[in-house]
Formats: sequence, C-alpha cells, structure tokens
Amino acid sequence: MYMDKTIEELHEKLKNGEVTSQELIKESLQKSHELQEKCNAFVTILDDAEPREVTDDMLSGIPYGIKDNYSTKGILSTGSSNTLKDYVPFFTATAIENLEKHGAVATNKTVLDEFGMGGTGTTGHTGTVKNPWDTSRMCAGSSAGSAAAVAYGVYPYATGSDTGDSIRKPAAYCGIVGYKPTYGMISRYGLFPFASSLDHCGALTRSVKDAAIVVDAMKGKDKYDMTSFDSKDIHLYDSIDGKVKGKKLCYIKELCDINMYPHADSELKEHLKNFMNKIELCKKLGMDVEEVSVDQTLLNALPSVYVVISCAEATSNMSNLTGFIFGPRAEGDKYDEEMKNYRTQGFSPLIKRRFVIGSYVLQSQNKDRYFHNAQRVRRLLVDTWKDLFKKYDAVILPVGSGPAKKLEGSKDILDPNTAVLEDHLQIGNFGGFPSITIPDGFINNLPVGLNLTGNCYDDINVLNIAYALESEMGYKGQTVKEGK
Amino acid sequence: MDNYIALIGLEMHCEISETNTKVFSSAENSYKEDANTNVRPVDMGFPGTLPVVNKEAVRLALMASMILKCTQPEYLYFERKNYYYPDLPKGFQITQETKPAPIGSYGSLTFECHGEEKTVRINNLHLEEDAASSDHSPEGTRINYNRAGVPLLELVTEPDLHSADEAVAFLETMRSIYQYAGISEADSKKGQIRCDVNVSLMEKGKDMKDPKNWGTKIEIKNVNSFGGVRDAINYEIERQLELIEDGKYDEMEQQTRRWDEETGTTKFMRSKVDAIDYKYFVEPNIPKIKLSKAWLDEIKAQIPRLANERKEAYINDYGISEYDATILVKEKAYADFYEETISLGADPKAASNWITTNLLGSLNKLELTMDDITLTPDMLAELIDLISSGKISSKQAKDVFADVLTSGKTPKEVVKEKGMEQMSDAGEIVKIANEVLDENPDVIEQYKKGRTNVVDYLTGQIMKKTKGTANPGLARQTMAEEIEKR
Repeated sequence: MYMDKTIEELHEKLKNGEVTSQELIKESLQKSHELQEKCNAFVTILDDAEPREVTDDMLSGIPYGIKDNYSTKGILSTGSSNTLKDYVPFFTATAIENLEKHGAVATNKTVLDEFGMGGTGTTGHTGTVKNPWDTSRMCAGSSAGSAAAVAYGVYPYATGSDTGDSIRKPAAYCGIVGYKPTYGMISRYGLFPFASSLDHCGALTRSVKDAAIVVDAMKGKDKYDMTSFDSKDIHLYDSIDGKVKGKKLCYIKELCDINMYPHADSELKEHLKNFMNKIELCKKLGMDVEEVSVDQTLLNALPSVYVVISCAEATSNMSNLTGFIFGPRAEGDKYDEEMKNYRTQGFSPLIKRRFVIGSYVLQSQNKDRYFHNAQRVRRLLVDTWKDLFKKYDAVILPVGSGPAKKLEGSKDILDPNTAVLEDHLQIGNFGGFPSITIPDGFINNLPVGLNLTGNCYDDINVLNIAYALESEMGYKGQTVKEGK
Repeated sequence: MDNYIALIGLEMHCEISETNTKVFSSAENSYKEDANTNVRPVDMGFPGTLPVVNKEAVRLALMASMILKCTQPEYLYFERKNYYYPDLPKGFQITQETKPAPIGSYGSLTFECHGEEKTVRINNLHLEEDAASSDHSPEGTRINYNRAGVPLLELVTEPDLHSADEAVAFLETMRSIYQYAGISEADSKKGQIRCDVNVSLMEKGKDMKDPKNWGTKIEIKNVNSFGGVRDAINYEIERQLELIEDGKYDEMEQQTRRWDEETGTTKFMRSKVDAIDYKYFVEPNIPKIKLSKAWLDEIKAQIPRLANERKEAYINDYGISEYDATILVKEKAYADFYEETISLGADPKAASNWITTNLLGSLNKLELTMDDITLTPDMLAELIDLISSGKISSKQAKDVFADVLTSGKTPKEVVKEKGMEQMSDAGEIVKIANEVLDENPDVIEQYKKGRTNVVDYLTGQIMKKTKGTANPGLARQTMAEEIEKR
C-alpha cells in the first residue's frame, strides 16, 4: 500500500526503487474502482494509464486525479453535465499540460457539481458523490470526487477548481488539505468556466507541502490566459520553512464567537470550541492572534453578492452550450428550438435556477440595483480584508459550521443563522486571495477544518503558517481508515 | 421635401484586415476562400478557451481613433454583449460600450461632398470581434468560422448627414482613411464594410442640434455596399415623406428595418419595445489595459500620410493639376504606385499622365484592378525613360504599355522583341537616305523645280525602310541635308 503516502514519501520510494510507477498506477486504479463502488467519485477511470519515467521531478511517475471540468485532449471531459456527456476535447488545459510536463500520471477524472455550480457534490450527471468517511454524508462541492478520492487514498493529490469554496469546503469535509493560490497564478485556459472573475484552479492533497509541490507544477504565466501572471521566481515548496514566530493572525468575532449563534447545535459549538483551541495552539507557536470585528451588515451581504456575480457570469459563460458545435445535438424544427431543447434537457434544475437569476440581475432595468451593487459590495469586502492584511499575515477562520452534512434531506439552501459562516470562504474568491484549508480535528468521528487566507501574492506566508500548524496537529497525511 | 430635412446617422463596421491574427485569438486574420481554415478553439467557443487581446489590433484602432479626433480612454476595457445566434459560437460578442469609454469618444471628421466641406460628429469608435458568416442555401445554412473573431471597428456618427450623397461621401472618405492608414483594405466585396443607417425627418428651420426636434428614428440594418446605403436612404426618405403626406408619420413607432437589396426596399424587423437586452458587462477574462501616454504618442507619430495630405503635395510639389491629383489619391494603390514611380526618377508630370490616362483607362476598359496587373512602378519609370531619351516614340510607347500591362514583360524586353528601338544612328540614317534618293531620281527632279515638300515624302520612305524605328526628327533633317547635296 503506497497510495496513502505523501508525494514527498512516494518520490523517495520511487527513486530508491522500492516501488515502480507501474505499481503505483495499478494500486491507484484498483482503489479508484473500489471507491467508485462505494462513493461514485469518478466520471472516467483511466484503466489504460501508462507509467512515466521517474526523474528528479517530485511528481514524476506518481498518479493523480483530474476534476472533470478540466479539458483533457482525447479524454472525455464532461463538467459533470449532460450537456457535455459525450464531449472529448482536442486540447488540454494548461494546468494539466504543466503537470504532464512534470511526469504526472492521471488515473481518473473526478465528479463535480455540474460545471462547479453547487456545494453538495450531488448534482453531477453521474449522480451523488458520497463522503468516504461516512457514506450517508456529502463531501460538499464542487470538487467532491477529487476530495473523496484523495481522502480515500486513491492517490496523493487531485486537481480542483474553486469559485466560492469548491476546493476548500470539500477538503474540510473530507479531512484533507485544499489550496487555491492567488488568482492568476495558475492558468485557467482549458478550465470549463463557471464565473471567470472568481474561478481559481488549485489542488487537493493530504499535506501542505504536497499542495505546494502540486501548485508549483501547475502554475505559470500562460499566453492563452491574460489574467495569469509570471511566478517563476516564486518557489512555494522550497520556501516553506515552518518559521512562524512573530507572525500575526486575526479571526473575526462575528464568525467565531459562539455567542453570535443563539440557536447553535452541538456540532457548531464543538466546531468553534475546537477552532478556539487551535487559536491557542497558534499562540503557543509564537504567533500573535487577535480577534477583530467586521461590520455585520457587510458580512451578511456576502452570500447575495456571491449569488449575483457568479450567476451573472455563469449565464454568459455557458451560452456557448448550444449543442451545435459540441455536446449531444437536440431535435427541433429550427435552430432556436434545437438550442432550447438541448439546454432544457441538458441542464439540471439547480443550474437553470442560477441562469434565471443571472439573466435577471443583468437585465438593463435591474443591472444597477443588483449587478453593479454586488460589484460595489464585493469591492467593500475586499477592501476590508486588504485592510486586515496590512496588519495581519493571514486571517484564520473555521470552515463551515461543522463536519459534513447528511445527504438525506440536504438542500442547497443555507440556514440563515450560519449562512455567513458557511460562505465566508467566498471572500478569497472576491479578492483572488491565496487560501488554504487544513484538517483541524474530528467531531463525531468526522473531520473538520480551518482556513487560512492571506493577501494576493503572499502565498508563501499562508502556506508556511498552515505548515507550522499542520505539523503540530497530527492530521497530516490522514486517509479514511474505517469508513462506515 | 422642401419643408423637411433628413437627419442621417451611420454605424459603419469595418474589419481591420492588416493584423496577422484575429483580435482575441491566435488564428490567422486573412480573407480565405476555403471555409473554416482560419480557426482556433476560441473562435468556436470551445469550453475553457479564453480571449487574448491582439496588441496590433488595439494599435490600429487607436490610430483610427486619433485620425477621427476622438478621445482615447486611460484604461481599455472590453465588454460582453450577450445574445444567442448560430453565427455567435460563444453566445456573446466581445465588444465595447460607451461606459466604460471605448477606444474613441466624441470626435469629428471633415470631408468633401460635391465640392463642399462637411463635418460630421463621431459619437464613438469601438473595437470588437466579428461574428462567423452564414452561408444560406436551399439545403440549409452552413457556418464559416473564418470570420469569427476578426477585428472589427464600429464607428457611430451623430445624425449630422442630410442626404444619401453626403452619407456616401462620408463613407468613401472613411474607406480612404482606413486604406491609407494601413488599417484595412476596406473592401466591401470581401464583406469588410457593413453599415447600419438611421434616418429621421425634421421640419426645416428648427435647431438640428436639439434632439427634441428630431423625428422618429428608423434604423436600417445590414446595408453592405455604398450603393446600398444610397438607395436605402433615398428609399427611406421617400417612405417617411409619404407617411407625412398621408398624415401617418406620428403613428410610426421607433423601429429597426432591414434593407432588402433585391426589392430595393426596407422591411420592418422589430419595434423599439422589442429591442434586445444585451445584458452587457465587463469581460472578466481581459484585465483592464493601461494606455500609456508614451505608447499613444508613438502611435500618433506613426499615422501615415492620408489622401488629402498626399493630394496637396502632388499639387504643390509636383505641379500636378487638382483634377489629376484627385484621381491619383482616389485609391491608395494608385497613389502608392505613383509615388514609387517618381521615387525611381520618373518625371512627376509624365508619371501622372501615364497613370491617370493610360493605366486607369486600361483598367477601366479591361475591367481589371491593380492586383491583376504585372506592370510595376519600375516598368513605368523605364517606359518614361525610353521616351525621354528618344529611344522610342510616344506612339510606340502606347503599344509597349499595352503589352507590358499584364504580360509580365518589361518595356525593354517588349521594345527589343518588336524591334522597336528607335534608330538614332546618324551615319546609318544618312546611308538609308541616300538609298532612298538613289531609288527616286524623279522626285529629286521635282525638288529641284522648287517642290520642297517632297522631303516629307522621302522621309516617309526612310521610315518605311526602317519599319518606323528611325528617329523621325533626325530622319527628316538628314533627308533635307542629303537632297541638297544632289
């Protein structure tokens, strides 16, 4: 058994000949089929994956998973949507091409919420993804399949994408690490878009250093993505030294104080208590941690701002899905009927609801009231966080209101009491901030996580703090041992 | 019409043809007969593709903005115009709106119409991508993505034009600007120019600058030739006048009509209440682009000499008549040909005459364009030199020109081939003159009796013997001298 090891460990073993790339692939494929049976995490399992030469490159010869909204040449890429259920692209996303250049071997493509537009892992066209820790629970989304597979030990890492919290929330629910770097560090060319100004590529791993290794390989300026930036002088993995003494962190009272939640259930209470214990740990490591207060009205606007902006961009981004050039063409007497039928039949109701919202907020009579106001509040939120980063190295917050939720009876509708706690990771997308989730404990035998978010281009600082905490907590490298 | 004045505004779309690649795509930007050969994934809207702005297209668009005396924005933004149509693979067009400011705002252009100077205000100029083209046939419609993503400049005027002639004169001036500035071939046969026209009528004597006085605006879409613009405007003015006469003008709602070339009429498309809501928003995949003063200054300095400037130079520096100078600058290809010929040392007036008379006359007669001919400025300069050095006569030169125009041969080759080279060897001509005299003793007798005009006849005999190659002046002079010696 090797696939529960970290990239660092596997590279060592490949180099000294203890195991071959071929053997790793075989094990990864075997575990893929096992997990598919158990949790339905994959759209495609690449049974014909070929071993790659082991070089000095940390990723060479090691299996990994690709979220199915990354375009992969010659390999089915569905975005977990019926509208692309037979789409085989003829070009590969830049981030995946970069991983391939480093010798990485993909063994499957993972299920997501349709086009990343969901937070439950239940809306993909191949069905619900179950949480391997407890199959009666969800993984969260949208990188549900990737999170389940990394947690289950199918491979040490998988790619994800993150528009609101789609890497960082499922990472928490599955007890692993989820990292999205600064906006533009990884090219989005070939990533099926959800909301372009919020979409990030990133990685799900079982250790902070592995996350750094993977993003080091994925990143780089891309001539096909104007929002990508040159980061060749940024070496994430090499820069992690664990020295955090004197670093300054803050957490937000309105989100973390249990007194803010008069109807808190036991899970939430335990989750916040656990979080506060980790604050104490930070202090023990020599960091200064302060509680700060942010205008509650501003925080309360967060979920609607996200809905307005993401739905507006999504409506437009997905207008290319007509069934004419790709996707299963629908029947109809005229082109507009074919288009309507294709879209009506292809999209799930959740997505259609979002399209309606997106169209509504962009209509000329509504645009200023909704879309432009949302942009203004987005700016206010980002400025508020930028102000925090003037004083603090990172903001530390709990992820969600507790462990993974039950699949049964779950709706993609939030409890208003904990809405902001569930959604605050979206600020990382509003500002394009580097943001990482790491596991910070268990509640009722289910993993929970905390999140660190820093200023743009300050990825190394964020990773370093996460690494120092991870080293002290004992959840590094954990996989699902005995799922229910 | 005596009591009314037409207010005409134009939206002129012109493809930028002089970039290597498309405006947001690395596919080649060139006119190709073969469908779907200039296509990259982004041109067909494949999932995950992203636009990348072509700097050269922005440079040329900024140049147009400067020529039209527009203001350039501090930051360049692009916006999405969202609508569904089979020729629009992404489901939106990347374009610019007026807020944030596009590539050019509030400029003006002065142009000439029937010898009168007119000025039209430019509301804005924006850079966008073209849609794919649809090829309709009875079996169905085929989409050609070669055109999808080709850079397009859309110019919007205020309704400052008042007749079809003015509108066409304006468009011709714009076409000339695009050609001279190296922005576009501006060839409507290649579909590079397309216009939307808006027409309304206003009672004469009212203040034209006050929109409250304007009549109901009728927009006519898809007018794809200058002739079409003329016809559509004239048709629409007549149609609206008739409505006024019938007392139905006030009932007419603001609407969009379609120009139907076959019937020469405009047809109702949709009224204003059915206008499409394009749900514009800033394109998130293109970060705002700072337009530095240094770059703008550089572009300003690169603006090539335009038609007017060249025309003035031809008149003032080369002494060409205004009439001929106007002809020479009518097409950039003529003016370039002319200037190159002169730069090779040809006499400016002779070159102008050859181009305006012989070259353009032949093109017209043979229905050719400058692209079809093999004549080069080099060859024309050579031809002019052959005449001025007396090697061939002007009459011969015309034959040579006709041969050189499309044969690929140089004038010297043709002259040699046809044995045309003019004989200017005095000794040889003296010899031939004496041969002629020896053969015509009776004519010499007549000369001696005082009929001096027989010299002309005898000179003609020299020309006959030399198959016309003898220098006629020299031949006559020689004959006059030689006959005296008898």
